[in-house]
Amino acid sequence: MKAYLILEDGTVFTGTSIGSEREVISEIVFNTSMTGYLEVLTDPSYAGQAVVMTYPLIGNYGICREDMESSRPWPDGYIVRELSRIPSNFRCEDTLQHFLKSYDIPGISGIDTRALTKLLREKGTMNGMITTKEYASLSDVCQRIKAYQVTGVVDATTTKEVYTLPGDPDMANGMKRVALLDLGAKRNIARSLNQRGCEVTVYPAHTSAETILAANPDGIMLSNGPGDPKENVAVIEEIKKLYQSDVPIFAICLGHQLMALATGADTYKLKYGHRGGNHPVKDLETGRVYISSQNHGYAVDTASLDEKVAVPAFVNVNDGTNEGLKYTGKNIFTVQYHPEACPGPQDSGYLFDRFIKMMEVER
Amino acid sequence: MPKNPEIKKVLVIGSGPIVIGQAAEFDYAGTQACRSLKEEGVEVVLLNSNPATIMTDKDIADKVYIEPLTVEVVEQLILKEKPDSVLPTLGGQAGLNLAMELEEAGFLKANNVRLIGTTAQTIKKAEDRLEFKETMEKIGEPVAPSQVVESIEDGIAFTNTIGYPVVLRPAYTLGGSGGGIAHNEEELIEILGNGLRLSRVGQVLVERCIAGWKEIEYEVMRDSAGNVITVCNMENIDPVGVHTGDSIVVAPSQTLGDKEYQMLRTSALNIITELGITGGCNVQYALHPDSFEYCVIEVNPRVSRSSALASKATGYPIAKVAAKIALGYTLDEIKNAVTQKTYASFEPMLDYCVVKMPRLPFDKFISAKRSLGTQMKATGEVMSICTNFEGALMKAIRSLEQHVDCLMSYDFSYMNDEELEEMLHQVDDRRIWVIAEALRRGVAAKHIHDVTKVDLWFIDKLEILIELENALKEAGRKIQSGMPVDLAFPEELLKEAKRIEYPDTVISRLTHIPQEEIKHMRYSSGIRAAYKMVDTCAAEFEAATPYYYSCFGSENEAEASHDRKKVLVLGSGPIRIGQGIEFDFCSVHSTWAFKKEGYETIIINNNPETVSTDFDIADKLYFEPLTPEDVESIVDIEKPDGAVVQFGGQTAIKLTEALMKMGVPILGTAAEDVDAAEDRELFDEILEQCQIPRPAGHTVFTAEEAKKAARELGYPVLVRPSYVLGGQGMQIAINDEDIDEFIGIINQIAQEHPILVDKYIMGKEIEVDAICDGQDILIPGIMEHIERTGVHSGDSISVYPAQSISEKNKETIVDYTERLAKALHVKGMINIQFIVDGDKVYIIEVNPRSSRTVPYISKVTGIPIVPLATQIICGHTIREMGYEPGLQPEADYIAIKMPVFSFEKIRGADVNLGPEMKSTGECLGIAKTFNEALYKAFQGAGIRLPKYKNMIITVRDSDKEEIIPIAKRFEALGYRIFATRGTAQALKAHGIKALQVRKLEQESPNILDLVLGHEVDLIIDTPPQGAEHSRDGFVIRRNAVETGVNVLTSLDTAAALATSMENRAAKLTLINIAEI
Repeated sequence: MKAYLILEDGTVFTGTSIGSEREVISEIVFNTSMTGYLEVLTDPSYAGQAVVMTYPLIGNYGICREDMESSRPWPDGYIVRELSRIPSNFRCEDTLQHFLKSYDIPGISGIDTRALTKLLREKGTMNGMITTKEYASLSDVCQRIKAYQVTGVVDATTTKEVYTLPGDPDMANGMKRVALLDLGAKRNIARSLNQRGCEVTVYPAHTSAETILAANPDGIMLSNGPGDPKENVAVIEEIKKLYQSDVPIFAICLGHQLMALATGADTYKLKYGHRGGNHPVKDLETGRVYISSQNHGYAVDTASLDEKVAVPAFVNVNDGTNEGLKYTGKNIFTVQYHPEACPGPQDSGYLFDRFIKMMEVER
Repeated sequence: MPKNPEIKKVLVIGSGPIVIGQAAEFDYAGTQACRSLKEEGVEVVLLNSNPATIMTDKDIADKVYIEPLTVEVVEQLILKEKPDSVLPTLGGQAGLNLAMELEEAGFLKANNVRLIGTTAQTIKKAEDRLEFKETMEKIGEPVAPSQVVESIEDGIAFTNTIGYPVVLRPAYTLGGSGGGIAHNEEELIEILGNGLRLSRVGQVLVERCIAGWKEIEYEVMRDSAGNVITVCNMENIDPVGVHTGDSIVVAPSQTLGDKEYQMLRTSALNIITELGITGGCNVQYALHPDSFEYCVIEVNPRVSRSSALASKATGYPIAKVAAKIALGYTLDEIKNAVTQKTYASFEPMLDYCVVKMPRLPFDKFISAKRSLGTQMKATGEVMSICTNFEGALMKAIRSLEQHVDCLMSYDFSYMNDEELEEMLHQVDDRRIWVIAEALRRGVAAKHIHDVTKVDLWFIDKLEILIELENALKEAGRKIQSGMPVDLAFPEELLKEAKRIEYPDTVISRLTHIPQEEIKHMRYSSGIRAAYKMVDTCAAEFEAATPYYYSCFGSENEAEASHDRKKVLVLGSGPIRIGQGIEFDFCSVHSTWAFKKEGYETIIINNNPETVSTDFDIADKLYFEPLTPEDVESIVDIEKPDGAVVQFGGQTAIKLTEALMKMGVPILGTAAEDVDAAEDRELFDEILEQCQIPRPAGHTVFTAEEAKKAARELGYPVLVRPSYVLGGQGMQIAINDEDIDEFIGIINQIAQEHPILVDKYIMGKEIEVDAICDGQDILIPGIMEHIERTGVHSGDSISVYPAQSISEKNKETIVDYTERLAKALHVKGMINIQFIVDGDKVYIIEVNPRSSRTVPYISKVTGIPIVPLATQIICGHTIREMGYEPGLQPEADYIAIKMPVFSFEKIRGADVNLGPEMKSTGECLGIAKTFNEALYKAFQGAGIRLPKYKNMIITVRDSDKEEIIPIAKRFEALGYRIFATRGTAQALKAHGIKALQVRKLEQESPNILDLVLGHEVDLIIDTPPQGAEHSRDGFVIRRNAVETGVNVLTSLDTAAALATSMENRAAKLTLINIAEI
């Protein structure tokens, strides 16, 4: 069946419908990863957005459920150049086509994804509609598309219940107990801590600081998550309290932004974000450059930092934007990118080790 | 870290002559690196024996030495030039091995020269089988169970512990020379024995056979600060077992999930870190298709064929960045040349699919086995880019220049099902065509996968291509049965066919719709090729690179500008025997010259190994097949003011007619004059007008006509197809049977043009490259071949200036050249071959284009031939450019171009030289005296004698007189001569002590035992002429080549070798050709 992608500026791409045939309006963002489409689809940070894959051949190795980064796919829509007719991989359990259908996610294939990406790059992130309907007049539709805003996505993606992943009590330097505030967390954050022997207790986004601190964790982790960081007013208030405690804190992506907002810094929306697995970040302390996995549309404004509170620890080599902060006089460090990888380079896994060391010193 | 200020003068070692396994990719990498070093203000001294390369140009390096790549030469050069550093990782295995020898001998340290780029310890850790294995074990990277052995006995003992089959890999060899898979003890003994001999250190790795696993490669880079990145990963469609150089390769990998991709990426980065490489590195993996188990196969701590491919596939200039890293820069300090905004410390993201296909030489060696294994056989490769895999594969196929354009091009339909099934088990260069035929017959993809181990994903893509083929055939049937075209062949089908890159020619063949009509249908439906940019970042950042590929059903990004005159330069496609790197040299120089003349330049080419496809050579690069349709799509967008075809070899010349039809003016010599040189009748007319004699001959179409012509002319005759390069299909026939055989072969290579039958005249062969501006001619020099007529000019030793022809003959040659150039209205280049027989000068061939000898003659005369020819094409005259017309004064150097062969790599190929070209590359010997130049040339070609001072002579009856003086000279050099009965008698009769050996069919010990006994270092064998090859001779020659014995099949070459050995210079004089 024919499908259309209509952008808020009136640009229309015609392709073939994939997944669900229902109509959807969302924010269109592109991801440049060449592998890891399932990890992208199941990353809660894409809630409220429709994702374009810039790599043209998608679905080649099908669906391997153990690679899912959460219990379900989150994007509102999925846009590809070509979906593989057959998947081929020894772990493959399903096709991407069927996966999208079963979660009722609409998509479009057969469009010039590079042309679309260039548009988003030049004009900045735009809203768009994926539909199988043919509209005679676009002006009303474009109004509707323009009006769309990503909101309430942290609430939608966070865990409803507190749960605990057991750690390894026989760890050499003692098992660490970590509180993970789930703002739309990818599974591999907890898994990365778990693999290092930590016991991880996962809390819903709206848990109070008191509740978390009452459990007396060795460290607190603030996860990644979707949407505009400034929308999370209540969560920011709780994070202010966590900042005041002396518990070591490590934060990723949205968590990093919220910690910055909680301590007086500002965030802003990037023109078209960073989404992919090839972004170089420089560790300002060592001068080393790491290739990182990224997925963010907002960034912390370096100019808004008070050096008495926090100083840049990592910077993006390409565009100089902030990629991480070190909090002055505190056992807190935060990064904008994804050391948990999945998809993307595993080069920054050492940050979890650094967090564990920090907890050890503190104890 | 900024540049190391102590590095001021760097010696760069090149890779030497083009051989299988070490081709043009090192010219590309070396050129890029030298330019990158010069950019940083470093003085570059270059050593490379290959004169056909761009890197040996004086505008690439400050000092250029085209000298043999031997330890003695490098030592002498270091003492002379006193560089502070040596950069060894750009010259392939040859350069690396040389640097290692110097380092191990302590020479570099003693002379305060450091190795930059990568240290000797690192190289040793990566290259030495044992150290490599230990290093991998240390960091927990799995390698297949293996052991390094130094004897056949140890090999057998180890294999008995791990079981057959085993893979054998000799240490320190290129292209997997001497390697192979042994399935039983007999094979083990044979391959292992061979490998031990070929290895520089007498070591061979015996390892568990992982054939059938996925073969995956990663190109990684590391700087001195320890920053690491992956440039690209690649997946071989042919599973482990076929050398990656002979595999169809796709980038990025297609069947790996992120878990597998990252697992191997992390492994590659751990390896480069542990090895401490500073620069580029290639890591090859075998990945189990049904688990996460993997093995590291090999690590190359240098730029390689794969890194050239990765550079072109991604736009990331690996060699350039490696050179900057060698100077001390870190990745985050080096700008990404593509975006100009980002830095080298990132990983390219592709938004397209790249396919590389090997160019195999089986069209030249028709007797050779087509089977592929761990020994590389390809002479070159093509690359293509498309937004889908099917399209990239189709484009790669038609780029190969071997008369293939789709999955029907090798026909297996005549086979019955059993035969086809048997064929599926064979691994050869036609495997995808065999799979295609199996799919046509409905063989299940799963079964094909089980037999071939080719991943189902790729098989499905072939199936998609076959389904479309069937749909087109069906449309054709409907049209033939009278259905209107628009009903039988709907637009959607045409769109889909173009999306997966079916060329119009194939669509026409299948649907029976004329090609012009298909084009018309396409244009009227708006189905046109669109061009996308290769930008390293999947459009995330704005890019400045004018590097494009085509696809259908997309928005076009290539914008034509029309602010200045615009010229299309057509490249020469894949490197193959007969059309080598020389034509890339010419294309690049022509492009630069056009730029200087103020033109906008556009290159179309499909060879990833070359300099011409580096995106900063022309103003725009279209990485596309060189077929009329592909070129026309570019012409439609660019609307160039003209095209130049005379620099891209036969590939470009063949496009002349098509370009004319598109309305693109051919710049320089007009198309009809090009045609006149190729068309026998027209050419005969011109010769008659000019009163220039040529060997009598006829144009024929059938074997019967050919035999009639031959009888009339009198045997021997030369039989050849017209419009070919490198003497493809050319043979000397001595009787009717030969003609039947040769015409059969010629017809196999899809000949559309007539066949030429000429009287064979034995004499001296002379070659001239000249430039003509329509009025005057300029002849840089006259070259003379050492071998008499009958050996292809590309396989002959060529001497400049000609040594043994009279002044009178020279005058005749100049006169004929002038007459011909004028008669053909040449504007630009012309290449003429003459035969001199006493006082008579005949013309044998005229090519109104650039030739194989142009780079060499340009360098040794100091006359920039290609730029001059280009300026003439732009309207300048020879006088205007400050040259006195006519034959230029002879240089005070003697320069000798020596052919280099890759026979040991091609099982079953006959080494006997004849009119069909067989050499893959060339090297140069340049000196003040003929003898020293000759000595250098033989050294450069790797003929470094004597070793054992035992030789075998076996010559045909007609040579028995002429061999006597040559044999005497070798005897005087201390050689013990073995000879077969007839030859031995002849030698003895002239007082030469010859030991008679038994013939092959006689009992042991016979001639074969002698060859295999590693005691003989030279064989002079002149086989009887004609098709009736002696089977014995063939077996002896093959075994000799595979055992590393030098085989000469021409007495002229043998005499030259004797001269070279008699005059072995104690110390060579090294010549900086930048000063010529």
